[in-house]
Amino acid sequence: MNQTAGPGSAAGAASWSDAVLAAAVLAIDARGIGGARLRSPAGSLRDQWFAQLRDFLGPEAVLQRMPCQVDDARLLGGIDLAASLRSGRPVIERGLLAQCDGGVLVAQMAERMSAGMAGRIAAALDQDSVGLERDGFSQRFAARVAIVACDEGLGVEEQAPACLIDRLGIWLDLTEMAWDRVRRAPEFDRQRLAQAQQRYPTIAASPALSEALCGASQALGIDSLRVPLMALRVARAAAALDGAASVGSVHAALAARLVIAPRARVPPAPTQAPPPEPSAADAEPQAPAQAADVDGGDAESSNSEQDLGEIVLDAVRAALPADLLEQMGRGLGRHAPSAMAGRTGVQLRSKLRGRPVGSRRGELRAGARLHVLETLRAAAPWQGLRGRLAPAPGAAPAPRRRIAVRREDFRIVRFSQRAQTTVIFAVDASGSAALHRLAEAKGAVETFLADCYVRRDQVALIAFRGRDAQLLLPPTRSLARARRCLAEAPGGGGTPVAAGLRAAAGVADTARRQGATPLLVVLTDGKANVALDGAGGRERAAADALALARVLRGTGLRSLLIDFSPRPAPEAQNLAQALGARYLPLPYAEAAQLAQAVRAARLEAV
Amino acid sequence: MDKTAVGRGEQLETFAPAVEPSLKGRARSRRAGSAAPGSAAAEAASPGPFPFSAIVGQDEMKLALLICCVDAAIGGVLVIGDRGTGKSTGVRALAALLPKVKVVAGCPYRCAPERPSAACPHCQAPRAAGAKHAAPRSALVPVAVVDLPLGATEDRVAGALDLERALAEGVKAFEPGLLARANRGFLYIDEVNLLEDHLVDLLLDVAASGENIVERDGISVRHPARFVLVGSGNPEEGELRPQLLDRFGLAVEVQTPKDLASRVEVIRRRDDFDRDPLAFHRRWLPEQQRLQRRIVAARRRLPQVATPDLALQRAAELCMKLGTDGLRGELTLIRAARALASLEGDAQIEDRHLLQVARIVLRHRLRRDPLDETGSTARIDRALSDIFAV
Repeated sequence: MNQTAGPGSAAGAASWSDAVLAAAVLAIDARGIGGARLRSPAGSLRDQWFAQLRDFLGPEAVLQRMPCQVDDARLLGGIDLAASLRSGRPVIERGLLAQCDGGVLVAQMAERMSAGMAGRIAAALDQDSVGLERDGFSQRFAARVAIVACDEGLGVEEQAPACLIDRLGIWLDLTEMAWDRVRRAPEFDRQRLAQAQQRYPTIAASPALSEALCGASQALGIDSLRVPLMALRVARAAAALDGAASVGSVHAALAARLVIAPRARVPPAPTQAPPPEPSAADAEPQAPAQAADVDGGDAESSNSEQDLGEIVLDAVRAALPADLLEQMGRGLGRHAPSAMAGRTGVQLRSKLRGRPVGSRRGELRAGARLHVLETLRAAAPWQGLRGRLAPAPGAAPAPRRRIAVRREDFRIVRFSQRAQTTVIFAVDASGSAALHRLAEAKGAVETFLADCYVRRDQVALIAFRGRDAQLLLPPTRSLARARRCLAEAPGGGGTPVAAGLRAAAGVADTARRQGATPLLVVLTDGKANVALDGAGGRERAAADALALARVLRGTGLRSLLIDFSPRPAPEAQNLAQALGARYLPLPYAEAAQLAQAVRAARLEAV
Repeated sequence: MDKTAVGRGEQLETFAPAVEPSLKGRARSRRAGSAAPGSAAAEAASPGPFPFSAIVGQDEMKLALLICCVDAAIGGVLVIGDRGTGKSTGVRALAALLPKVKVVAGCPYRCAPERPSAACPHCQAPRAAGAKHAAPRSALVPVAVVDLPLGATEDRVAGALDLERALAEGVKAFEPGLLARANRGFLYIDEVNLLEDHLVDLLLDVAASGENIVERDGISVRHPARFVLVGSGNPEEGELRPQLLDRFGLAVEVQTPKDLASRVEVIRRRDDFDRDPLAFHRRWLPEQQRLQRRIVAARRRLPQVATPDLALQRAAELCMKLGTDGLRGELTLIRAARALASLEGDAQIEDRHLLQVARIVLRHRLRRDPLDETGSTARIDRALSDIFAV
């Protein structure tokens, strides 16, 4: 099924020869391509790839590793503490990005990288330099770096920050590659690479090529225009590597496999007309002998008649992950990024708890914690002067050889804390949800409340019945209050699902504004019969409910729908699908089971 | 998209006006140069960023930026959009597009020679000392488009005690920060939603008052800081605080062009530019000059553009219909329409001007209704068609 990769390789997993080619292409124009995102667990295969890259880059090139959490002083630069103390004047120290100028920076565990750090690196990639506005220094350093992000994330939900990987041209996935496939790889010696590097700027690319690459990325739902641009550079570099004068179809196909296919967001329409196009003369494949070297296959003879657009699309189709369709069906492909965004937006700043994220000038008050090193850094440049000058009024003359620290030097640690979760229960309390089910739902909420108490989560409770929804319990941690409200909740009447969802959306929005992550749990049988405006009628009620559900999904709200009708109902399933919620039919659920399900969903959400 | 083979030098050109801070910057780089070979300042001059007029599509963003170029008091632009849509390309191209500005030579705050700011410590010092009213020497410098990089510290943004002079001469001198450099120019924050909260607070305060007040390290300085705040960001990185949102005069949504032909054109131009920036600049020079003349003419005409009562009424009606808070929406609507009329060479504000700017002025001012399925743009469109009967 994969006509261009080595025989027997599964679609989706990159072939080793592609991976090696990617390394070679990077060695030719790492900066133009931006770098690579390497999705792979740590292991010998990855090491092998880096060894290959190292080899291609040559002994003099910088290939530096960078941990996933680096503070600004280290990443961007800042005052050099030791040198400043020694010389008594501020001495600047370049950060990792500037130190690596002209080289490749390897980001370890990129899936753990914070959005802020990714944003700083992205800015350096965009401008080829680092703007340093820190510690009294105002300067720009050249930072013509490429980044290889080692992404060890396990699912769609766990991946390196989008603003970084969008700028890294090549996406490689070595996760599923078997070690035994690391055999047939093209080899390049340094001399050939050097020649290719020289040829690279002169490689011609036909207009048809840009069109084909743009067409392919559009067909896959890729919006970023960086993608076809970087694909173009990869195709050029591949041609240069091949000794060709212009980009041929094999090179275009390689670029499509390395750059475009791994970013697919929608499966390409099978009957998609090829992009309007091209003079096939421009797109003549290269001489087979050379091409085979790059490609490791014999596909191009069958491709030579097709036009370039079709070739690129074919390459993309063949390289799509096998489970892409399935993921799209579950709505994960589209949905995951917004869920990620929800996560990144909920970092809280706190004085006392959480993970340290740098420091800022401040007073030592209200339990703020002193950042000793930063404080020393701030004091360092002044030591010469403070030694010479008279001591501050009122202070005892400091003996020599001590570091004089004054109040304005104090730096306090800033912490970042994962925000709490607010679980919103929207409970169907209508007549159709027979009353004993409501009692069970109450039981579940109570069980969960106890759990929340331990976890310091908040819980809100909404009941919808009759014509409207009622916020029984605004987000709270008070166990007693929650219990009382719950016990008093009445039942019976119509089923205004839409109204319930609207109320839930309001609570979720407020929670988000307060920095919490909302998680919605809907308990219903889905049999809506009251529309948003309070009028009866099943059809309109159902349409309203579905429409609202879609809006809620659009806001990236995590949700869980628990169907408590005696038999799993299609209405509830439809609603869950519209919500993008996980659907749990619990015909005879017990409170404990319910709480278990919520607990699992909560873990996913955070 | 933003990546250019030459992108870096351009920053230097923009950032190195012939005023004092740059001299200092040069001295600094010399010093750092010994420790840091390959420092930015050592690089040769480069042809500059991707030209503004060569940007394909993105009409809304270009319109908003041009409006701010004509009337800087409008309050800045927020550019929100997906990755790789050319947000920062558009903003960074501004400096090369705009005519140079006249500043008082040596004034770190870039005061206008004919009207030095009353808050400027540099330009007011001779007066305070009783010096004669000789016109200060002036210099022509490129408009400042100052990048506020993520990770900047408060002391460099607001300005702080000058370490060098304090250490070398024992003098308490103020070293102006980024806000000073941005005076009468643009302050650009890429990934604005990732900016630290305490910096956002500082910016809001200064943007509102047009003055930066520094009280720390035993120095007390007040200096002018009027700049056009331009922020760009990706909605997926998290939302902006509503307070910050409201401070931007205009908000544009940037999207990737939907048709293949424009996409291909974007790639083609970018590729041409990367391969031979000088030739590319030469090709686009006439277009750049034409646009610059248009901006200059619009600025000159701006005070003469009339504001008929009908326009005021329409603006008020629109804001009431959409339920925007406060008067800022109406005010900005009129200002933006006036700038647009001036750009188009019209004598007064017409309905079509209001229509054209309504979306970018009001989009971010609507009260959020999480359940209104229609986006704010659609809501504005609905109100527009009600009022203007189009």
